[in-house]
Amino acid sequence: MLLRHTPNEVAERKALTINPAKTCQPVGAMYAALGVHGCLPHSHGSQGCCAYHRSMLTRHYKEPVSAGTSSFTEGASVFGGQANLVQALDNMFTVYEPEVVAVHTTCLSETIGDDLPQITDKATKDGKVPEGKHVIYANTPSYVGTHVTGFSNMVKGMVKLAESTGVKNGKVNVIPGWVEPADMEEIKRLSALVGVDITMFPDTSGVLNGPLSGKYSMFPEGGTTVKELKSTGDAIGTLALGEWCSADAARLLDTQHKVPCKVLDMPFGLKATDRFVDALRIIAGVNVPEEVSRERGQLVDMISDMHQYFYHKKVALAGDPDQVIALTEFLVSIDMCPVHIVTGTQSKKVKARLEELTADVPFKVNIAAKGDMFLLHQWIKNEPVDLIIGNTYAKYIARDEDIPLVRFGFPIIDRVGHQYFPTVGYKGGLRLLEIILGRLLDRTDRDAPEESFELVY
Amino acid sequence: MATAKKKLVKWEPTDIKEEMLKKYPPKVARKRAKQIMINEALENETPEITANVRTIPGIITMRGCTYAGCKGVILGPTRDIVNITHGPIGCGFYSWLTRRNQTDASGEGDENYMPYCFSTDMEDKDIIFGGEKKLAAAIQEAYDLFHPKAIAIFATCPVGLIGDDIHAVAKQMKEKFGDCNVFGFSCEGYKGVSQSAGHHIANNQIFKHVVGENDEEKPGEYRINLLGEYNIGGDGFEIDRILKLCGITNIATFSGNSTYDQFASAHKADLNCVMCHRSINYVADMLETKFGIPWIKVNFIGAESTAKSLRKIGTYFGDKSFIEKIEAVIAAEMPEIEAVVADVRTRTEGKTAMMFVGGSRAHHYQDLFSEMGMKTLSAGYEFAHRDDYEGRHVIPNLKVDADSRNIEEITVEADDTRYAPRKTEAELAALEEGGLKFKEYEGLIPDMDKGSLIIDDCNQYEAEKLVEILKPDIFCAGIKEKYSIQKLGVPMKQLHSYDSGGPYAGFKGAINFYKEIDRLTNSKVWSYMKAPWQESPELSATYVWE
Ligand code: SF4
Ligand code: SF4
Repeated sequence: MLLRHTPNEVAERKALTINPAKTCQPVGAMYAALGVHGCLPHSHGSQGCCAYHRSMLTRHYKEPVSAGTSSFTEGASVFGGQANLVQALDNMFTVYEPEVVAVHTTCLSETIGDDLPQITDKATKDGKVPEGKHVIYANTPSYVGTHVTGFSNMVKGMVKLAESTGVKNGKVNVIPGWVEPADMEEIKRLSALVGVDITMFPDTSGVLNGPLSGKYSMFPEGGTTVKELKSTGDAIGTLALGEWCSADAARLLDTQHKVPCKVLDMPFGLKATDRFVDALRIIAGVNVPEEVSRERGQLVDMISDMHQYFYHKKVALAGDPDQVIALTEFLVSIDMCPVHIVTGTQSKKVKARLEELTADVPFKVNIAAKGDMFLLHQWIKNEPVDLIIGNTYAKYIARDEDIPLVRFGFPIIDRVGHQYFPTVGYKGGLRLLEIILGRLLDRTDRDAPEESFELVY
Repeated sequence: MATAKKKLVKWEPTDIKEEMLKKYPPKVARKRAKQIMINEALENETPEITANVRTIPGIITMRGCTYAGCKGVILGPTRDIVNITHGPIGCGFYSWLTRRNQTDASGEGDENYMPYCFSTDMEDKDIIFGGEKKLAAAIQEAYDLFHPKAIAIFATCPVGLIGDDIHAVAKQMKEKFGDCNVFGFSCEGYKGVSQSAGHHIANNQIFKHVVGENDEEKPGEYRINLLGEYNIGGDGFEIDRILKLCGITNIATFSGNSTYDQFASAHKADLNCVMCHRSINYVADMLETKFGIPWIKVNFIGAESTAKSLRKIGTYFGDKSFIEKIEAVIAAEMPEIEAVVADVRTRTEGKTAMMFVGGSRAHHYQDLFSEMGMKTLSAGYEFAHRDDYEGRHVIPNLKVDADSRNIEEITVEADDTRYAPRKTEAELAALEEGGLKFKEYEGLIPDMDKGSLIIDDCNQYEAEKLVEILKPDIFCAGIKEKYSIQKLGVPMKQLHSYDSGGPYAGFKGAINFYKEIDRLTNSKVWSYMKAPWQESPELSATYVWE
């Protein structure tokens, strides 16, 4: 037993987090920043955070992740990091020639209270930011919120580049939230199929799923361009996918540039995708083409064909709020039963939404927002499940309790595929079902006694 | 294959250095120039290298932080200490199982907290009002849940800034519990210039709070400690296997596959064998001063080096039958290795490598490469000090700068009752006479070729330039560097946590490594870089059907 010290009895813990279901803000800011074309993320603090964030993103995406750091030592921690950041901006624009540097703070620079707007201003005045280049920034104190908050804050930082000319450009902004590069690509494909011209930001497709060609470029082809970001102020509207990842930026665009917004769930599963497609249709005033309805029908078909394997299967779920909400809805919609749900985000709202979604589940449902994986494990020990859905770290629970695991969310550092195969939209729904079904049936095959081992299902 | 496309232009080392520095702003170039050295291979001619100095803001470094060195590297591999990170969730999260430390906790009643991540998960109110209360409560909760032998606390950046006194909290809780040792590490990330500061802080505290706590006699005739081996990918398991075959008792490994009791009993050994000089040489010194245990430098990376290190241990203890046993073990293990090398060498002979890793790894692994007939063109450390490059004789002249001054130095004295010299002065002198060197490490420089480039704190930009210019057949560094190097069409082997595979230490490890490098450098994938239409893009007016 790898987690041999986890007791069955759940004792309340007020101070000790064990096996967290979240991490800190800056890593989210770094991921979001990579979704801007030609952007070099920069971590304002000591070099350790930056190293950790780059390592984690590299392990998850299996791609180079470059980012600068202000390399604080004790001096900077006491006297402030202005000199370090100004010097860093100079060095980065000189050596790496990015279009944009996206600065985010860390615990350290937040605690000492470094003023990012003032410092970037100074750097610009001192001529350290070349003509036509940009610096965007986000405050990402890691003792507030989670990695998801950091993502959201950096997307808000991007909105600061938006400009409005007063003339609408006929496009719809889509903020996809913290999803995989493949998901971002799928959102673009689906939107194009529906016939809507979108500007998506951030967009890590093309950046974090690059080819191997013998060439290395710190700034690959993909990513939302500065020009596109500027034009977001002229869009006819914004669809924010996910309250926790995307809504703040969309609202900021609304206040600053009068771009109306609508907050939707992340389009995982049938119903959330339906709402996304429908919203696109209404905003752009188009008819949804037959091709999209056909894709939808395939997903419905698969659900009906395989319903017997999903029906009333108990699931334990851990992940980020936007993902967990959409996934819970999807699982419930195919008659699976999420019975233990944990997210690291502290939020009454998340909890309420999850309770609402699972109201009809015919079992007792445990929900923690915020909870950790130690708690999730204890719940599983008391009420076993048929399947666990969570990130890589859930594999310790899965092994100890001998329960199949579907890897989902961030980070997944021991498998591949998540970068390339989407789980959003109807096509993504098909893939999710395929994975879930595969795990469940592998298990049936493994456990069946010889006399009832069968070829067909 | 990559070799076929080698650059034909012959670069002089000085030109390479110049090319690497060209794009930097002048101040940066000046600083980096002192950390890039063209090896003269003779210590008296070789210019001094600058090391253990700050990284440059904005220049993408390979380094991590003091906390990473302390919690991740040194304490990470210990299984029965509950390691609580005091800080916001991130630091604890990222150092959770990411270093591939293996441990064997299969014994009856063994404790193993390594798969757990404990954090006080500080929130803004803790930053504003101070986190000591929450820390004390977290320690209490950990104690109530697990009743471990020991609880260790690690301070992260904000903790140092707001001035939480983790040591006072530790002391208070230790007294309260009575049966659980509680101690803290002031290893805030900003404290030093690299992980090295963290190793130092970790080792000092382990020495102060744990070493010597258990005075029970330990069995075994030839008792050693293995210092600076972290059991990445099972390295320590393989070394332990070999030691056992030879009849050597390993009292404590610092800190691969280690336990609290190993540390507590370390003063019972009769010889200290230092693997990673950087991370732990001072512990060897302290054990000698306080308890009278001499130390030698060993290296279990590479088959020849392993044999040599075993022989050194044999010479130290001096018993004829023991020495014969060691020779018998070496003789039994070598044929398999020789057979693999003979095969692999036909494909690796003459190939080239570069390595930029941690402390001693960038040195040790060169032995494995040379066993395969491969040459190291350039190497350097991520967090070493000058003595790791130039040898221990430079230690007295090392300048103590502001960044090193805030790392606690502890001074130890001979223990009143337990100091016992393991060998007399005369015996030590005789051994020295016979070629066994105590307290000695000559550093990386003498082992590298003349004209090779030795680079301290190499960064992404320089790495990329080196690869473009010299096209090595393999590059070794860490996970952050992996994919940018591979995009250039050069295989990259992680030598921090090995990506996959291992062990690479000892005899079986050497075989694993030869095969791994053979696989990497000869993989077909490197020939797929260009599609047929990119190889010969000329258009033809008509397609000729066969
Ligand atoms: S630099 Fe500080 S905050 Fe960052 S990882 Fe290290 S200890 Fe944590
Ligand atoms: S929690 Fe703070 S110190 Fe730790 S990695 Fe995150 S930002 Fe850095």
